[in-house]
Amino acid sequence: MSTPLELLFEKVKSKNRAALIAYIPAGFPTQAGCAKVIRALAEAGVDAIEIGYPYSDPVMDGPTIQEAAEISLKGGTTAADVFAALKVASSTGVAAVVMTYWNPIEKYGVDSFAQSIFENGGSGVITPDLTIEESGRWLEATSKYAINPIYVVAPSTSDARLAEVTSKAGGFVYAASVMGVTGARANISVDASALVTRVRKVTHLPVSVGLGVSTRAQARDVAAYADGVIVGSAFIKLLLEAKSEQEGVEKISYLAKELALGVREGR
Amino acid sequence: MSIENSDVLGHFGQYGGRFVPEALIGALNELEAAHIAAQSDPVFQAELAELHRTYTGRPSIITDAKRFSEYAGGARILLKREDLNHTGSHKINNVLGQALLTKKMGKKRIIAETGAGQHGVASATAAALMGLECVVYMGEEDTRRQALNVARMKLLGAEVIPVTSGSRTLKDAINEAMRDWVTNVENTHYLLGTVAGPHPFPTMVRDFHKIIGEEARAQVLALTGKLPDAVLACVGGGSNAIGIFHEFIPDADVRLIGLEAGGDGVETGRHAATITGGTPGVLHGTRSYVLQDENGQTIESHSISAGLDYPGVGPEHAYLHDIGRAEYRAINDDAAMNAFALLCKSEGIIPAIESAHALAGAILVGQELGPQATLLINLSGRGDKDVQTASEYFGIPL
Repeated sequence: MSTPLELLFEKVKSKNRAALIAYIPAGFPTQAGCAKVIRALAEAGVDAIEIGYPYSDPVMDGPTIQEAAEISLKGGTTAADVFAALKVASSTGVAAVVMTYWNPIEKYGVDSFAQSIFENGGSGVITPDLTIEESGRWLEATSKYAINPIYVVAPSTSDARLAEVTSKAGGFVYAASVMGVTGARANISVDASALVTRVRKVTHLPVSVGLGVSTRAQARDVAAYADGVIVGSAFIKLLLEAKSEQEGVEKISYLAKELALGVREGR
Repeated sequence: MSIENSDVLGHFGQYGGRFVPEALIGALNELEAAHIAAQSDPVFQAELAELHRTYTGRPSIITDAKRFSEYAGGARILLKREDLNHTGSHKINNVLGQALLTKKMGKKRIIAETGAGQHGVASATAAALMGLECVVYMGEEDTRRQALNVARMKLLGAEVIPVTSGSRTLKDAINEAMRDWVTNVENTHYLLGTVAGPHPFPTMVRDFHKIIGEEARAQVLALTGKLPDAVLACVGGGSNAIGIFHEFIPDADVRLIGLEAGGDGVETGRHAATITGGTPGVLHGTRSYVLQDENGQTIESHSISAGLDYPGVGPEHAYLHDIGRAEYRAINDDAAMNAFALLCKSEGIIPAIESAHALAGAILVGQELGPQATLLINLSGRGDKDVQTASEYFGIPL
């Protein structure tokens, strides 16, 4: 049986457009606020939502997501809150996944984590610091619960390694647009399209591009060559800068609608 | 048991390995290849040996601490004097090796993390010696506590970047260094300062420090005609301990004892005794013991010794613990400071507070084993940097 995420990519392919994927950490800006943001994103036309598991040592994240994770952890976010947010997301009808560093999965229990993803309507998990060499138990668990193990690849990843990683991956391939950490950037490097081209040579999986996308124009540019456009820090920045939660949610909603137009203008 | 302990993917039993963003895999592979080539390259080895002879001051001597012995049940106490190395600790062994590798790889820039500043100073020193650009990440909290070392690094030409994220200490400095590395990996080498982090760091850093045990084993044999009953060293990340343990691993009768930082006491939760009080997990790219809560979040560590104040530990130590080849005990702040004072007054040596944990261990083990025993202690660093902390602790007005 296909996951909602796999069905989503079939759908957008048939419509000849890219999917819009939004990232929001669980428990940010608050538990209740996170649920509001998720619903606003879904209503504004986002196709899939990644729920971030806030972690104390996020080495792949720039200052914006670090700050959001710290706020969430100070608010006492637990694994249960991550799964609750996942359930809110999947209940809206969009494809929902969790993005987490590896240690929380290991601490929760590898098999149990995959099971909880499945039971809360999740399609899969993005694991940015789990290498393919360390994935044995995780791939067994994701296979058992029929969820997608989603891996991040980088411009520096060799062709041979791209083939190896994507042969084990599911759902989509997360292509990091630049060498660096998460965060909005003025320019999405040419590396991104070159990487997508290289990934397509070794797999039929959809390829989504993340790291740095924040505007409708960037979404349109990336949608021209990728199957999915991932936006995280840009949303979080709006929430961090907003004077009230309500204002933040409204601004997120506006940006999401713009980006949803952008991914439809790419081809 | 193989003396190398690890498999080709850098696992020590269930520990070690690589848990890093895919962006770093290429650089880690390159580093692993450079390290393996250097291990069997006589030119590289000769170059490093010459640096150790003419710059580090190796071999470091052994001191028979006869007056300190009376506090340790009369056991013979032999100190391996890594405190006499250039820059004042064992850290120079590793940074010279990695700086040479950096040049072999054609990279021009090194980055390093530092807690107390010892590894930062050593890295800045090696960078100055070899003409490399050097950036040191240091928790903002630590830059304040260790202002003197910040000044030393700047005098040596390094840029020191205060880290304001997370708990603003060593673990966050490592996070920030890894973020820099992910971004600048093409021209930059991350000169990690301990036997933790993703493969090949635990193996490579150990290989650069194993000279400590190689020298010490021969020196003890020459001096006493037999092997020591136990080898003791402090363990934060664990580099000086692995360095002195490694050569003794096949000597099954020699006890290997690591002394972790017990802080206010392991039972208080305010400590840095990762093996004694932690659980298996993943931190900073490797699986080992970690101080963490039930959600997998890292718990802040506490120790009077900034160099041991780290919530992780090298994976080889986790493995040596689990298979029973090495034992690990926690030494509280007070016991370490007591040993610090005793060594100052009985031997005329001011030890680093890190190393004082090993001396406190020697007092305990010496009292357990009695006057027939010979204990080899790695005196990993000197205490000049700790004068302010010690003065505050003992109430000496500055």
